[in-house]
Amino acid sequence: MVRMKNQIQSIAEKYSNDRTRLMDIFWDIQDLHGYIPHKALRVLEESLDISTADLRETLSFYHFFHESPSGKFNIYLNKDVASQLKGHEAIYAAFETECNCKFGSVCMDGTFGLFETPCIGLSDQEPAALINLVPFTNLTPQKVKDIVAALRAGKELAALVEQYGYGDGANQQIKTMVCSNIRQLGPVFGEKISTGEGLAQSLKSTPEQVIEEVKTAGLRGRGGAGFGTGMKWSFCRAAKGSTKYVVCNADEGEPGTFKDRIVMTEYPEQLFEGMAIAGYAIGAQQGILYLRAEYKYMQDYLEGKLKDLRAKNILGQNVLGKSGFNFDIRIQFGAGAYVCGEESALIESMEGKRGTPRVKPPFPVEVGYLGCPTVINNVETLAALPYILKNGGSWYKGFGTEKTPGTKLLSVSGDCEKPGVYEIEFGMTVREFLAMVGAKDAYAVQVSGPSGECINAQQSLDRKLCHEDLSAGGSMIIFNKDRDLLKYMRYFMTFFVEESCGICVPCRAGNIVMRNNLDKIRAGHANQEDLDNIFAWGQIVADTSRCGLGATSRNPIVSSFKNFPDLYKKLLDEKTNPLYDASFNLEASVEDFDRALKEQNQIGRNVHA
Amino acid sequence: MPKITFKIDGKQCTAEDGQNLVEAAADNHVYIPTLCHMKGEKCLGTCRVCMVKVNGKDMAGCTLSVSEGMEVTFDTPELNDKRKALIEMLFVERNHFCPSCEKSGRCDLQALAYRFKMHIPRFRYRYPFFEVYSKVDKLMLEHNRCILCQRCVEFIRDPDTNRKIFSMRNRTNKSMIQVDYRLANKMSEEQIDKAVAICPVGAIIKKGQGFDEAYGQRKYDQHPIGYEVDGGTNSK
Amino acid sequence: MAEQTASNKPVVATISLAGCFGCHMSLLDIDDRIVQFIDLFELNKSPVNDIKKFTKRAHVGLVEGGCCNDENVKVLRYFRENCDVLVSVGACAGNGGLPALRNKMPLQECLVEAYLDAPTAELGKAIIPYDEELPKLLDRVYPCHEVVKIDYYMPGCPPSAEVFWDTLTSVIKGQGFDLPVELIKYD
Repeated sequence: MVRMKNQIQSIAEKYSNDRTRLMDIFWDIQDLHGYIPHKALRVLEESLDISTADLRETLSFYHFFHESPSGKFNIYLNKDVASQLKGHEAIYAAFETECNCKFGSVCMDGTFGLFETPCIGLSDQEPAALINLVPFTNLTPQKVKDIVAALRAGKELAALVEQYGYGDGANQQIKTMVCSNIRQLGPVFGEKISTGEGLAQSLKSTPEQVIEEVKTAGLRGRGGAGFGTGMKWSFCRAAKGSTKYVVCNADEGEPGTFKDRIVMTEYPEQLFEGMAIAGYAIGAQQGILYLRAEYKYMQDYLEGKLKDLRAKNILGQNVLGKSGFNFDIRIQFGAGAYVCGEESALIESMEGKRGTPRVKPPFPVEVGYLGCPTVINNVETLAALPYILKNGGSWYKGFGTEKTPGTKLLSVSGDCEKPGVYEIEFGMTVREFLAMVGAKDAYAVQVSGPSGECINAQQSLDRKLCHEDLSAGGSMIIFNKDRDLLKYMRYFMTFFVEESCGICVPCRAGNIVMRNNLDKIRAGHANQEDLDNIFAWGQIVADTSRCGLGATSRNPIVSSFKNFPDLYKKLLDEKTNPLYDASFNLEASVEDFDRALKEQNQIGRNVHA
Repeated sequence: MPKITFKIDGKQCTAEDGQNLVEAAADNHVYIPTLCHMKGEKCLGTCRVCMVKVNGKDMAGCTLSVSEGMEVTFDTPELNDKRKALIEMLFVERNHFCPSCEKSGRCDLQALAYRFKMHIPRFRYRYPFFEVYSKVDKLMLEHNRCILCQRCVEFIRDPDTNRKIFSMRNRTNKSMIQVDYRLANKMSEEQIDKAVAICPVGAIIKKGQGFDEAYGQRKYDQHPIGYEVDGGTNSK
Repeated sequence: MAEQTASNKPVVATISLAGCFGCHMSLLDIDDRIVQFIDLFELNKSPVNDIKKFTKRAHVGLVEGGCCNDENVKVLRYFRENCDVLVSVGACAGNGGLPALRNKMPLQECLVEAYLDAPTAELGKAIIPYDEELPKLLDRVYPCHEVVKIDYYMPGCPPSAEVFWDTLTSVIKGQGFDLPVELIKYD
């Protein structure tokens, strides 16, 4: 106990007993103990001067933190759509059989803990699982058997990974099963650029000129919302405060998205350099990469890259000889919560709190991290900056469409020949897209993930991927004709139900009522009124929710109905007497009673024999 | 403080510049219903019942500050239906059995449902299971009735350390309030009374004190909610 | 006022399912308007007059209580088929009410607790009551509108006599009913 107390105290001291570093403190404790024991909270209570109830607020919010003893090996199997399309069920069963325990629990001897998790950013190599946050990809039941047997036999986890990853095996430093699967590069990320070129160019101009250049480029946020990057920067630059922050949002959690993963493994220098450029532009000295826990395996690799950049003076004091411009970057890990991709929730999380979106205004550009003006940009946005600053804003504006200039990285998964990452120019048609990825038999495409639009592939061939038509945030999941589309839409609704932070009523309660109505429809028990209700209720949830999650959670149903109305209409119940509710089944609802009699009652058993 | 003028549904109102909309409206005898906002306290923005329209956009009224010339749309069939729907979501989300609740007759959720003439929620009841937490000496947490407004979380603190006594656990619909056992046992009578009083529903109950006001004499038996603000003029 | 013959007066029927008859008591609480009631309405199937089966189609059916067993369901459906307008009366019909407090636990646990593990149960001899004549319990208590289509709801536990009167007189005129705020109560 004394030993534990000392351990916990020294962990807290490592972070200066700063409660805003609670996420790091929890990670360190969990790395040490496998979970975060109650006793540790009692120590932290005094070290950080907050109550245990307050500590549990943060702890219980994130699904990668454990409050009770977990397994020696914690297996997180991706349950998302991309995994379901590639045989998730068999893998799920294989893990349960081999580990001899059910998902959501730890096996008897404590060796394995089985858990499910939404998209882990490996949609192009599913089914995949994280074992102690190390990715295992392209799983088959046989592979599962071998992995579990090897671990049970005492083999080191790291020793199970033999192939070299990143750069599709070209990077001989890193052993990992994760392949980059870059299928096509375009004019931006395809260009060879030497590290520091873009930053050096920026430092020759004033910060205002840098912002102008980015405005000229017409660069818009690549996370999905598409807010003008230069505009955001100018707000932040103008905001009062001597301390400002640049935050890179690397919490890509939208199901089907994995393009940021490739940027971080293939273009880390450009990303960090982009952060330095942003820092110079807004007047910040500190950058933070908020990295989702699902990408914790990149930690050493990225820390190494940061070290290299410091050695090259791309980070550090007087960056590239620019006197007075100091800039450095640290990595902050999340712990599993999709909603943290919302920028104010991300800030809350960085401050060691629940990932709950803040009440706005004020916006982060004025009051952000630790109350200071903060710019939050997507990984892809930041990584494009060195290219833009080196070649000029008008060069970048020359690509794409009038209103959506530039290029976009797409994460392609599902039913196609060539899943992976593609850099395209905005304005590409759906027809060109499908041909590019080898989707010969596409029925539907989920564009920009569940919060985007489920399009009817054949009816949308001439639609263009750009903000003025079909907004492409990165995720593209393709479904064939033989897929039960509504099953996946139902999964997406469940995703929103489970990832709602729960702070506001409409998102917490409303997503569930929508999903329940979808269930009623799929069960063939719904009438036209039930169908109409979904849309009316979805509108209320969208209008009254606190953040973008609730504002878009109805999209899977709304867009699939708009583009595939017959899928819904054919399921409507027209046989049942309209005076009855078709979902009530008298026979089914007395089954429990019959069973209770059989199991508990001698007489019952005789009567029903 | 400089005064500004703004409009709610065309009605000319005056307020201090930057005043919270819900409070400014109240000063002008317009009751904007809310289940989380408390006068003079920081905005929580959790219940969303105070939805209004400003410049055609739906906004939670408690998150807005009034400014000169601002035009607020508040009392429309569409907005009232949204408010009602939010209240109905709360009714089906947990187990609100008014006949057996200590807070009945003085419950803000119930009173607002009256105000919006809810006969029955449009959504299906979910009947989830929540155990009552009764380990603390003097109070109980009746999770079945909690609407997760976070008033207790934000506005009740340990007086010695300023640490949170109530907090939120889990996320999504599994969210629950919880207490810090030791700090909760240290709470004074007055502080417990305050916690019970600010709870808009019957989720925080003082032990040994249940149905202490007679039917017909409870707060909302006398007047509908918002009466002190609008004198009953725009309760329909 | 012209004397109405029994045949052309609006027909009302009432029933109590999984309820406590409190709503019926409240209906009878309309004081001297009971005389008016007899003038205005013809009462068909109802526990008040003990008519067991509908002898004619009713204009309005008042249903107290939710559905906790299969007999409730059958009776409710019988009412739905024989009434033009069906009104769900009170808390139990609307949300299951106090009987629905069991909804948060599995039925089997509930039965074991009540009959087998009860302090008064004789060890080894206690059984869960069963007979062909006894209705079977449903897995949970269902509000009436989850079983059949309901046209109107009267809130209250019980709804006050005023609510009954307001509802009956306006529904019978073919109007929807708009209860004044002060009459809406859930307790």
